[in-house]
Amino acid sequence: MRDLGSLRREKGAILRTQTIADEQILIEFLESKARRIRWDIIKMIGLARSGHPGGSLSAADIVATLYFHELRHKAEEPDWPERDRFVLSKGHAAPVLYAALAESGYIDREDLWTLRKIDSHLQGHPDMRKTPGVELSTGSLGMGFSASVGMALGLKIDRKESRVYVLLGDGESQEGIVWEASMFASQHGLDNLVGILDYNNMQIDGLVSEIVDIQPAAAKWTAFGWHVIEIDGHKFDEIMGAFKEARSVKSKPSMIIAKTVKGKGVSFMEGIVDFHGKAPSAEEMEKALAEIEASGPLG
Amino acid sequence: MAEKRATREAYGEALVELGHEYPNLVVLEADLAKSTTTIKFKKEFPDRFFDCGVAEQNMMAMAAGLAATGKICYTGSFAIFATGRAFEQIRNTISYPRFNVKICPTHAGITVGADGASHQTFEDIALMRVIPGMTVISPADFYEAKKAIKKAAEIDGPVFVRLGRAAVPTIFDDSYEFVPGKAIKLQEGSDVTLFATGVMVEVCLQAASNLKEQGVNAEVFNISTIKPLDEKAIIESVMKTGRAVVAEEHSIIGGLGSAIAELLSSECPVPLARVGIRDLFGRSGEPEELMRYYGLTHIDISQAVKIIMDRSQRPK
Repeated sequence: MRDLGSLRREKGAILRTQTIADEQILIEFLESKARRIRWDIIKMIGLARSGHPGGSLSAADIVATLYFHELRHKAEEPDWPERDRFVLSKGHAAPVLYAALAESGYIDREDLWTLRKIDSHLQGHPDMRKTPGVELSTGSLGMGFSASVGMALGLKIDRKESRVYVLLGDGESQEGIVWEASMFASQHGLDNLVGILDYNNMQIDGLVSEIVDIQPAAAKWTAFGWHVIEIDGHKFDEIMGAFKEARSVKSKPSMIIAKTVKGKGVSFMEGIVDFHGKAPSAEEMEKALAEIEASGPLG
Repeated sequence: MAEKRATREAYGEALVELGHEYPNLVVLEADLAKSTTTIKFKKEFPDRFFDCGVAEQNMMAMAAGLAATGKICYTGSFAIFATGRAFEQIRNTISYPRFNVKICPTHAGITVGADGASHQTFEDIALMRVIPGMTVISPADFYEAKKAIKKAAEIDGPVFVRLGRAAVPTIFDDSYEFVPGKAIKLQEGSDVTLFATGVMVEVCLQAASNLKEQGVNAEVFNISTIKPLDEKAIIESVMKTGRAVVAEEHSIIGGLGSAIAELLSSECPVPLARVGIRDLFGRSGEPEELMRYYGLTHIDISQAVKIIMDRSQRPK
């Protein structure tokens, strides 16, 4: 792991490490990063005493893979024109983004403990004008996805190689604008656009399948003209493989449907709807942090 | 007979000129390119024109995404759909991050005519005015519309330019210089100030001329920039005249009448009347019939002037 960390530093901006033969080392590296992100999510929300742990934890492995493997980006130059863009369309999962930005070096780790406070640049939902590394202000569901289609189009017009990765919630997929945007993206063959559906099957009011089901999700996205890849959103080899496959797809946008577990990584939060938007108590926070620490090294 | 041209005609013409000037300018439309005249830009710059289909919300949020990659993005559609249906996209995804998106929808107000209430909006100025950082422009004629649309490209941030469907008399000509944020005094007067925006500017000029025959000297202002409001010019004028009538092809709630009433009630309280749509939905008809039906004629303005003059002459 230490070897990979130094390698990453040597390679500077180019964080893609697919040349590394030993995939197991890479996976252990990403696991440690995801553990660090989960630990930060819990502490951030615990100290803020409000926030959305469930959907932040479910996306941690996907976001870790993006920031520490897939995305081409430079923390020291957040506006680097050639960078790939990551948009957190499910903006309520802001803590997972902030943790990844801190671990990447965009923001100070100490800032994380100011989340949601009056003087903090870390807003309850991401604000691109306050936090370096945040590509788009999100929070109102569906709009980040639609704006990502606009970004992908803008990059195509400029003939840039940059790609746009947008993380979409499953409850969020109930928004009509998502489907308006999906039709535009396939109409214009935006193959520089990759959606990742964080499919934990839970929304504030209960199970997505019991409220307004988005199934059959794969058939829907296929019918809307997207290349669909279905994976386990907690298996790094599958996440990396899906991003690689998406890079090879031409003249179509890709949608990675990632089956995830809400609250993943903290036993007493897993699969509990209430932890969508409820902070852990001080006691729960300590218990969760200890559990994450016990599960392996933090990145 | 004065020249008559619709302000929407200015949109396509201005966009073509802007397209040559700004290589990073793109236009999004929502299936109304012929009606809004954005089709002129499409013909000249097919690679920078994107029709989103009947999907106004997606058009607005996509405009924000395009602006995030350094584009100046102008959007189409009708005022009711652009500002009403896509309000929250404009609020959260365009205006909150202060993106360089220009919202210039056509078919605002009652002069839409025969299409009726579903397609007429009297709420758009109110909706746009309440958004922090939004510049709100309501041009009086074709020439002012064209200059304002072009000027919007120089303003870094979201701008709303309100355009109409019907051919209406022109007031200015091609030599007119539009200055954002500046109230334009069209006629000097001493008894009352008529503050007008959009098509009502020409109607107020007619009213002022009739009032003059009756011995009332009305000052007439074109308030084309509703936000930021030229507070100084407005206060200075009513300090002199002591009375204000505001006229707009918009609801009397939330538009220019409200903006001026809000300003004067705290800075310089004077008798004030608002001429506009009186908290109603529209209906089908010819534009001129509708202007009469909803009380937007020079006669209605003269009556409003008389009412506040009577009120202000009452003994205290």
